[in-house]
Amino acid sequence: MQQTAQQSLRRFAKVNEIIHKHGPVPAHLISILQDIQEEYRYLPEEILAYVATAMDISPAKVFGVATFYDYFSLVPKGKYLIKVCDGTACHVRKSQEIIEAIRRALSLSPHEESTQDLMFTLETVSCLGACGLAPVMLVNDRVHPKVTPAKVREIVNEIRLKEGGLIEE
Amino acid sequence: MAKSMYINGQSISFDQEKNLLEVIRKAGIELPTFCYYSELSIYGACRMCLVEEEKRGIMAACSDIPRDGYRIWTHTPALQTQRKRTMELLLANHPRECTVCSRNADCKLREISHKLGVTQIRFGELAGSAPVDSSSASIIRDPNKCILCGDCVRMCEEVQGVGVIGFAYRGSEATVTTAFNKPLAEVDCIDCGQCAAVCPTGALHVKEQMDQVWAAIHDPGKLVVAQIAPAVKVAFGEAFGMQPGEAATGKIIAALKKIGFDQVYDTSFAADLTVIEESFEFSRRLEQGEKLPLFTTCCPSWVKYAELHYPQLLDHLSTCRSPQQMFGALAKSYLRQQTEKDIYVVSIMPCTAKKFEAGRPEFSSEGQPQVDVVLTTQELIKMVETAGIAFGELEEDIFDMPFGFSTGSGNIFGVTGGVTEAVLRNLAVDQVFFKQLRGAAGVKEAQVEKDGHLLKIAVIHGLGNAKTFLDQLGQSDEKYHLVEIMACPGGCIGGAGQPCPPAMKIREKRGKGLYALDRGMQLNLAKDNPIAARMYQLWLKEPGSEEAHRHLHTSYHSRKRIQLAEMTFGDEAPETPPQTDRQAEISVCVGTCCYTKGSYDLFQTFYHAIAERKLEKRVSLQATFCLENCQGSPCIKIGDKIMGQVSQADVADLLSDL
Repeated sequence: MQQTAQQSLRRFAKVNEIIHKHGPVPAHLISILQDIQEEYRYLPEEILAYVATAMDISPAKVFGVATFYDYFSLVPKGKYLIKVCDGTACHVRKSQEIIEAIRRALSLSPHEESTQDLMFTLETVSCLGACGLAPVMLVNDRVHPKVTPAKVREIVNEIRLKEGGLIEE
Repeated sequence: MAKSMYINGQSISFDQEKNLLEVIRKAGIELPTFCYYSELSIYGACRMCLVEEEKRGIMAACSDIPRDGYRIWTHTPALQTQRKRTMELLLANHPRECTVCSRNADCKLREISHKLGVTQIRFGELAGSAPVDSSSASIIRDPNKCILCGDCVRMCEEVQGVGVIGFAYRGSEATVTTAFNKPLAEVDCIDCGQCAAVCPTGALHVKEQMDQVWAAIHDPGKLVVAQIAPAVKVAFGEAFGMQPGEAATGKIIAALKKIGFDQVYDTSFAADLTVIEESFEFSRRLEQGEKLPLFTTCCPSWVKYAELHYPQLLDHLSTCRSPQQMFGALAKSYLRQQTEKDIYVVSIMPCTAKKFEAGRPEFSSEGQPQVDVVLTTQELIKMVETAGIAFGELEEDIFDMPFGFSTGSGNIFGVTGGVTEAVLRNLAVDQVFFKQLRGAAGVKEAQVEKDGHLLKIAVIHGLGNAKTFLDQLGQSDEKYHLVEIMACPGGCIGGAGQPCPPAMKIREKRGKGLYALDRGMQLNLAKDNPIAARMYQLWLKEPGSEEAHRHLHTSYHSRKRIQLAEMTFGDEAPETPPQTDRQAEISVCVGTCCYTKGSYDLFQTFYHAIAERKLEKRVSLQATFCLENCQGSPCIKIGDKIMGQVSQADVADLLSDL
């Protein structure tokens, strides 16, 4: 372990670099936010406020853009990002049941997206372009075709086992 | 060549009209609108102004340009059905509590629904409701009543250049909110209330305080004193059938007395004091080479805006309090010597930001605010209605003395350019009326000669105009001597506390009304006010004296970064956040670098270790964004300290060290 005497002060060097790369023009806001999410893995409030000030756009507008697109996340995501497809093909093949099964397996309350230990985040997406495999889900970048509630529990348990955690029955 | 079109079969010629809606209104047909204001950009969202053109079909009149030869129909069966259906859908999402809504009397949603003949809503009521935000001193935000017309968003951003509210989320979840859904009191809102003035429903409305005033009036231990701002005089009567600009001063005083106010005074008297102090300060700065330009500070929204966005200019702000606060100081110190009772000061203001100003800690003595309550013009109108007073039939009354005597200078304070004109008069520049400082232009400039100095003056209203002006000022070599800034379009006469909506034409009439008051007075120079002179003799000594400074002046502070204690710009010194929380805070960085070095595993180890030791109540654990110590990743932050290369084996030691 290495001790750093540095104060908890951030100078936002990386954000400045990103803004500088694109130019502080309102039209580039989305690209800038994309790069920031790439770098920070989510869009922290402090960073968005900084971006607004640095680009002379109101924070409310930056917040509006960040909340409009599902791609952007304002909270940190878990180590395993589960994306369940709820497009038409998956929906008629009962993707809702899959979502419910995952929620139960992860003990997520209705509006919760991530587990408290930040191991999992659950998202629904509109189409993964694999309708032939419906219902389909992604865990990080791995595709799981034709999932069932039982299969979902298996996948979650497998990850938990790998991470050395307890398996919930 | 003159262009023309047919509207409902009648030929109408047009020329400069910027959209179809204006031409239709010219033809004498009032199409309903929620999202159209001639002073804001065109949004085309509410779909109320739909019209049918014979060749082009149904379109929104506000967002189409007038074309020669159009054949427009405004009320075909298809249009009527469409409008009614749109209205019904708006109402489906709207709470049905109209009888207790503060905007009941002037709700545009209710009015248009009535005009369209909507008699039933076929849809059920929405379950659940969003919390109402009453954190602000001036404005209440009730998102449940929002119809997403966006008037407030465009007003805040385009006219005021502030932009604290905006659209967020989308589809059925779309809402108008602040950044990160913070309460209004915690964002850079300047309390001007213009959002509420254009809101067609009760989604944004003035925080009403009539009940407090009624309680004070019914309290025998209190001497309730009112002050009336000049802009109120020329707008109040509008609610009772008078013309905008027609002064109703005498009747307002009579109504206040009937309601039960003990004494009624004129804020214009305090404005005369402001002129005397401010012109003294200006002369001093000019002669002694102190900081110029001098910015006026009568407008609390502008003062707050400067504190938020231009802290570097705070030394340029006049230290003079606004007339409202000068009056408050006078009442609480001078009047207090004349009575046994508790003095309770009520301001009648055209302004919502005055509510915020009255609550500023600088303006309290012995823990009590010097102005106890600020009522807007609208609130006083409601009190008159509550008291059942037939306003039109009242016999005119006059102000009480001593603070009821004002000069013309104190009266033109309510209109853009008025403060500057009053100060210039007092500086004895050999001119009384300054026509070049009057009118609706957003930025007005003038040059005036005084003792060999050529004074360069700018008068600005609308904070959006002020922002443009200040940003240019920072980059150019232009030297101004005196700059007046008023937040609301038109100055105080266009304040959000006035009867709304504030159309440009109405504002102009109110402004003319104030200039007429000024012309009708025997005295036009503040320094000629005999009561003001006596106040200096008895109490304040002389302009700029120590005594005057104690009661009539104030100071300002930067409000930048209040909610962002961690954030700094460039090389500015950081503010250290106060250490009040005794709980230990552990933040684990989940930025890309730390993520690849296993920061999630570290997070989970912490999570389980904290649970094992039952430390959840003492230690809070959170993920955070890049701690900017990437060479030492994975890093964590405990309290103020950042630690690098933390491994899972360190977790136990770190927790026992807490």
